[in-house]
Amino acid sequence: MARSVTTQRKSLNTFIAWTIGLLIFFPILWTILTSFKTEAQAIADPPVWFFFDWTLENYRVVQERSNYSRFLWNSIIIAGGSTILGMIIAIPAAWSMAFVPSNRTKDILLWMLSTKMLPAVGVLYPIYLIFIRFGLLDTRIGLTLVLMLINLPIMVWMLYTYFKEIPGEILEAARMDGAGLKEEILYVLTPMAIPGIASTVLLNIILAWNEAFWTLNLTAARAAPLTAFIASYSSPEGLFYAKLSAASTMAIAPILILGWFSQKQLVRGLTFGAVK
Amino acid sequence: MGQIVLQQVTKSFGEVTVIPPLDLTIEDGEFTVFVGPSGCGKSTLLRLIAGLEDVSSGEIRIDGKESASIPPAKRGLAMVFQSYALYPHMSVRKNIAFPLRMAGLDRAEQDRRVEQAASVLNLTDYLDRRPGQLSGGQRQRVAIGRAIVREPAAFLFDEPLSNLDAALRVGMRLEISELHNRLKTTMIYVTHDQVEAMTMADKIVVLRAGFIEQVGSPLELYKNPRNLFVAGFIGSPKMNLIEGAEAAKHNATTIGIRPEHIHISAEGGAWSGTVGVSEHLGSDTFFHVQDTGLGDTVTVRADGEVSFRHGDRIFLTPRDEMIHRFDAQGLRIA
Repeated sequence: MARSVTTQRKSLNTFIAWTIGLLIFFPILWTILTSFKTEAQAIADPPVWFFFDWTLENYRVVQERSNYSRFLWNSIIIAGGSTILGMIIAIPAAWSMAFVPSNRTKDILLWMLSTKMLPAVGVLYPIYLIFIRFGLLDTRIGLTLVLMLINLPIMVWMLYTYFKEIPGEILEAARMDGAGLKEEILYVLTPMAIPGIASTVLLNIILAWNEAFWTLNLTAARAAPLTAFIASYSSPEGLFYAKLSAASTMAIAPILILGWFSQKQLVRGLTFGAVK
Repeated sequence: MGQIVLQQVTKSFGEVTVIPPLDLTIEDGEFTVFVGPSGCGKSTLLRLIAGLEDVSSGEIRIDGKESASIPPAKRGLAMVFQSYALYPHMSVRKNIAFPLRMAGLDRAEQDRRVEQAASVLNLTDYLDRRPGQLSGGQRQRVAIGRAIVREPAAFLFDEPLSNLDAALRVGMRLEISELHNRLKTTMIYVTHDQVEAMTMADKIVVLRAGFIEQVGSPLELYKNPRNLFVAGFIGSPKMNLIEGAEAAKHNATTIGIRPEHIHISAEGGAWSGTVGVSEHLGSDTFFHVQDTGLGDTVTVRADGEVSFRHGDRIFLTPRDEMIHRFDAQGLRIA
């Protein structure tokens, strides 16, 4: 029996939900607003909310001083590349774990997840040294590889839970119908797993895009993505809040827009398997 | 064209032996039913024949060809699964055509055969729908359609009707039997439902814990169960099994008498008891008779017109020639 909820109760819930939502979103909103203020208005006390002289000056200055598009391009290549590379490895891995599990499959999955519990800084030195040795420092390929490896456990886990939901009997039916391994994967499994693959791709682009620890430590100028772009504004120009905000807004805008358009898919992906 | 021979086939999962060495021959064109309680290995046996599981040892010959090492796609068998296992992202037409597409048939021939199968199975109006838009019975028909288009050497059915409601199940049972009469192709059918086994099979294979308890026609199994397990498993309601002094009178450890072979009356007879629960089916009435001094409750099948009330004192008389006798090992005494 459905619980009856009074209209009053409903409006209260809506109010609380919106309040919490706005509270969480506030820093981002404030950053965006500040990016359109003058430096003086940005540090005004009491703060100005909406009624100030909206200006694009900060964006013009930021674009003039540093080459935004180069950072953007690096971000796209690193986030996109690490995701594609990761999927090429994660799909077959998740496939075999979901459909031909061995006694050790559970252990391997947990072991992979355990690597995410290690503080990243713990392996900074070894990885830094390896990067120097192989001349990967400040290269896009190096960063792509590291981000792929860092996100691989999550990709495999996500895909694994998705594939687990696909009934094995359907794959067996394909085998009985004369499909070889290639046809089974191409015509039956992949079309059925597309929602899961899409969610995984989206989440990993976002994770790679926002990754700051490795991108800041392993790049200098050539391969620096947008995270480094923001960082470069925070230290020397720490007092210029409006410009820092403009830089931040420019850095997060692409992924925010992508996230907005794919939110349904993303939420489904993250809660998949929670309820049947 | 569809003779299947199993020779010394075994299957173990790790330490657990599911199928001990087993020999079985299924003749071409025969409708064979594997029946047994859950966990008896009947589905595993079917999957071994299909090739979805590898045999641990032994030989499987399909049409005289050693097949145990051939992948399922190459064995020329078609299978209908309990869950239907339709491809959810394909239309009914594409589902049915899938095996033909895999076999590399040209489009015109694919279409021709799909249309033909659809008309046989009353699916013509649904060809462009997705499986999700069909009822359970229609999905089952699509699964059968997908199996028949490729004209396999044999059909394998893995409890295909257990997801359907009771009325639909009876209808599909008839349709599958009709299909067998028309196609005359070997069919192997797995079920735990002995009614399905009795009504559909040419040959029943009764399995328990991977062992074949008995192989025979439905009536052979009904009339001459080889042991207590088959006696209790085949027939509905179950055969009454009686031990003790009454059995000793017949020089047996256990005697069995089916509910339909006991006469019930108010006047007098061999055993007496009181009526417990009565189940009125209209055509028949089943009385569960208590306090007979024979151990368990005795089930009696009587005409639908016969009427006793709960607690009535009645008398039972078994038909002597219908009594089955079993020895201490549970084997039939001839």
